[in-house]
Amino acid sequence: MIVSGIAVGSSYALMGLAMVIIYKTSEVPNFAQGEMALVSSFFAMMLLTSFNLNIYLAFSLAFMFAVILGCFLEFAVLRRAKEPNVLGMIVITIGIEMVILGFVSWKFGAEQKTMPFPIDPYESLFIGEIFLKKLDVLTLVSALCLMAVLFLFFRFSKLGLAMKATQQNSVAARIVGVRTNRIMMTTWGISSLVGSVAGLLISPTIMHPYMMWDPMLKGFAAAVMVGMTSLPGAVVAAYMLGIIENLFGGYISIEFKTVVAFVIIVAVLCFKPSGLFARHYVKKV
Amino acid sequence: MDMKRDYYEDVRLFSSPAVVFWFIALLGALYLFPFFAENYYVYVANYIAINMIVATGLNLLVGYTGQISLGHAGFFAIGAYGTIILMAKAGFPFLLALPCAALVAAGFGFLLGLPSLRLEGPYLAIATLGFGLTITQVIGRMTVFGGREGLHAPDITIGPWVMDTDKEFYFLLITLTILLLLFMRNLIRTRVGRAFIAIRDADIAAGTMGVNLLYYKTLAFAISAFYAGIGGGLYAFVLKFIEPEIFTLMMSIMFLAMVVVGGLGSMMGSIAGAILLCWLDLKLRNILDIPYIGDWLEELSKNWFSITGVSNIQFIIFGTIMILIMLYEPLGLYGVWIRTKRYWRTWPF
Repeated sequence: MIVSGIAVGSSYALMGLAMVIIYKTSEVPNFAQGEMALVSSFFAMMLLTSFNLNIYLAFSLAFMFAVILGCFLEFAVLRRAKEPNVLGMIVITIGIEMVILGFVSWKFGAEQKTMPFPIDPYESLFIGEIFLKKLDVLTLVSALCLMAVLFLFFRFSKLGLAMKATQQNSVAARIVGVRTNRIMMTTWGISSLVGSVAGLLISPTIMHPYMMWDPMLKGFAAAVMVGMTSLPGAVVAAYMLGIIENLFGGYISIEFKTVVAFVIIVAVLCFKPSGLFARHYVKKV
Repeated sequence: MDMKRDYYEDVRLFSSPAVVFWFIALLGALYLFPFFAENYYVYVANYIAINMIVATGLNLLVGYTGQISLGHAGFFAIGAYGTIILMAKAGFPFLLALPCAALVAAGFGFLLGLPSLRLEGPYLAIATLGFGLTITQVIGRMTVFGGREGLHAPDITIGPWVMDTDKEFYFLLITLTILLLLFMRNLIRTRVGRAFIAIRDADIAAGTMGVNLLYYKTLAFAISAFYAGIGGGLYAFVLKFIEPEIFTLMMSIMFLAMVVVGGLGSMMGSIAGAILLCWLDLKLRNILDIPYIGDWLEELSKNWFSITGVSNIQFIIFGTIMILIMLYEPLGLYGVWIRTKRYWRTWPF
C-alpha cells in the first residue's frame, strides 16, 4: 500500500514540481498546468493511433510539443498581462485551462480511453515479498531521474543560474545581462515538459479530459504545503501526501480518501501560513 | 453636476430624481415581466437572479476585500442542502429555512475566514478550493444528505400561497434579489464597507489605522457565504432536485468568472457579469441549435473534431472571455461601460 502511495505520489510530485518551477521565477500560480500536460498526452495518443508512429518517436514529439506549448502560452498570453497581480494571474491561468480543456474534449470526445503503451498497466513483478506494478516502477524511476536532472540543472548550468537570478531580483538580473523575458519563456517550457511526463505516465491507465485535475490539484496542494518555492520540499510533500492518502484509504475509509489531502493542507496552513519549509515572507507596507 | 458637496450626498441611494424614475421603471418592468414572457424565459430569469445574488456576494469578498475564494460552490451547496433538509426533516417553513441554512453557510464562511488572516494569494486559493471540494465530497457520501441519489425539493407554501411554477417562484425570487442587492449596495457605503476596501488596498496599513482585521476579514467571508447560501437555497427550488455532482469546482470557477468579467469592485459589474455569463451558459449548452452557427459547427465537428464533445465549446468561449478581459480591460464590463459613457458625454464634440 505504501508502494502504490509512492507511485501516486510520483505523479503528484511531478505536477507539483512543474508548478513550483513556474511560481519560483514568475510568481504565477499556474492552474493551467494540468491541462498543458493533458493536451500533450492526447497529442501523443493521436500520433500513436492515427499516424501509427513508433512509441519513442511519438513520445519525443509529444515532449517537444509540450515545450513549444509552454513557451507559446508564456509569450502569447502571460507576457501581455498588464499590472499583474496574483488574482489576475489566477484568473488568466484558469482561463487558459478552460480553453485547453474545452478544446481537448471537443477534439477527442469526452469518453474514457487508454493510451496504447508497451507496458500493460496491470502487469506486476515481484521483488521478494512485495509485488509492484511495472508502470508504478517506471513512474517512480522516471520521476526520480527527472528530479535529479532538474536539481543538477538548477545548480550547475548557466541557464539555471540565470533563472535563480531572475527569481531573486529581475531588475538586477536584467542589468547584468540576463534576458529575463526569454528566461521566463524557457521556464514555462521546462515546466510544461515536466508536467507532460506526469501526463504521459498517467494516461496508460486512464485517459479522459478531466484526468489531470486530481494530480494537478494535489501537486499544487503539496507545493503550497511547503511554501511554493522549494523544489525538494514540494517533492517530499507530494510523496508524503500520496502515502498518507493511500494509507487513509486503506485503513480508515476509502470514501473520504480524496478529501484527506485538503484537510491536511488547511490544517498545515493554519499553523504555518507560508508553508512548512519556507522562511516567513515579510511584506512591505 | 456630479460634484459631491457633503458626505450624505455621497452615500444616499439615489443621486437624482432621474435615477429614482429609472429605478421605479426597472422595478415595474421586472414585476410585469412574467405576465408577458414564456415560461422558459422566466426560468432563465430565475437562473440569472440567483447567480446575481452569489456574484454580488463573491464580489464583496474578491472585489472589495481582496480575498480570493475558489470554494463558493461549497457554500452554495450548504445553502441548497440546508434549506431542503430543514424543510423536509424539521418542518420549517421556507422563509425561515432559507435564512437558517444561509446562516449555517455563513458560519462555515466564518471558519474559513479564520485562516485567511494569515494566508494570501495562492495559499488562500488552495485552502478555499480544498474547502469547496471537501464539502461536495462529504455531502455526496452521507446518507442524511441523500448520498449520490440527491434530494427532491418540497413545494413552497407561504401562508395560503402555494408556489409550484417558475412564474410564481419568480416573484419571490426577484423580491429577495432586489432586497439583497440594495442591502449590499448600502453596506459598501457604510463604515464596514470602507473598512473592507481599506483591507483590500493594504491590509497592514488598514490594521495600523485601527481596522480590526480579524473582525472584518471573517465578516467579509461570512457575508459572502451568507449570500452564496441564500443563492443555493433558492437554486434548489429552481432545479427542484439537487445532487452533489452539481456543486463542482467548475461552479466555483464560474462564480469567480462572473465577478471578474463583470468588473472587480463594482456592483453593476457583478450584475452585468452574471447576466452575460448565465445567458451564454444556457445558450451554449445547446450550441448546435443556434441558427447558422450550429449547422456550420456540426459540419466542422464531423470532419475535424468529435461530435460528442461539441458542447465543450462553451469552455473555450468562457476561457477566452476571461483571458481577454484580464489582459485588455481589468475593470471588466464595468470598465467598458465607464469608457463608453465618457466617450459619449461630450458628443458630438
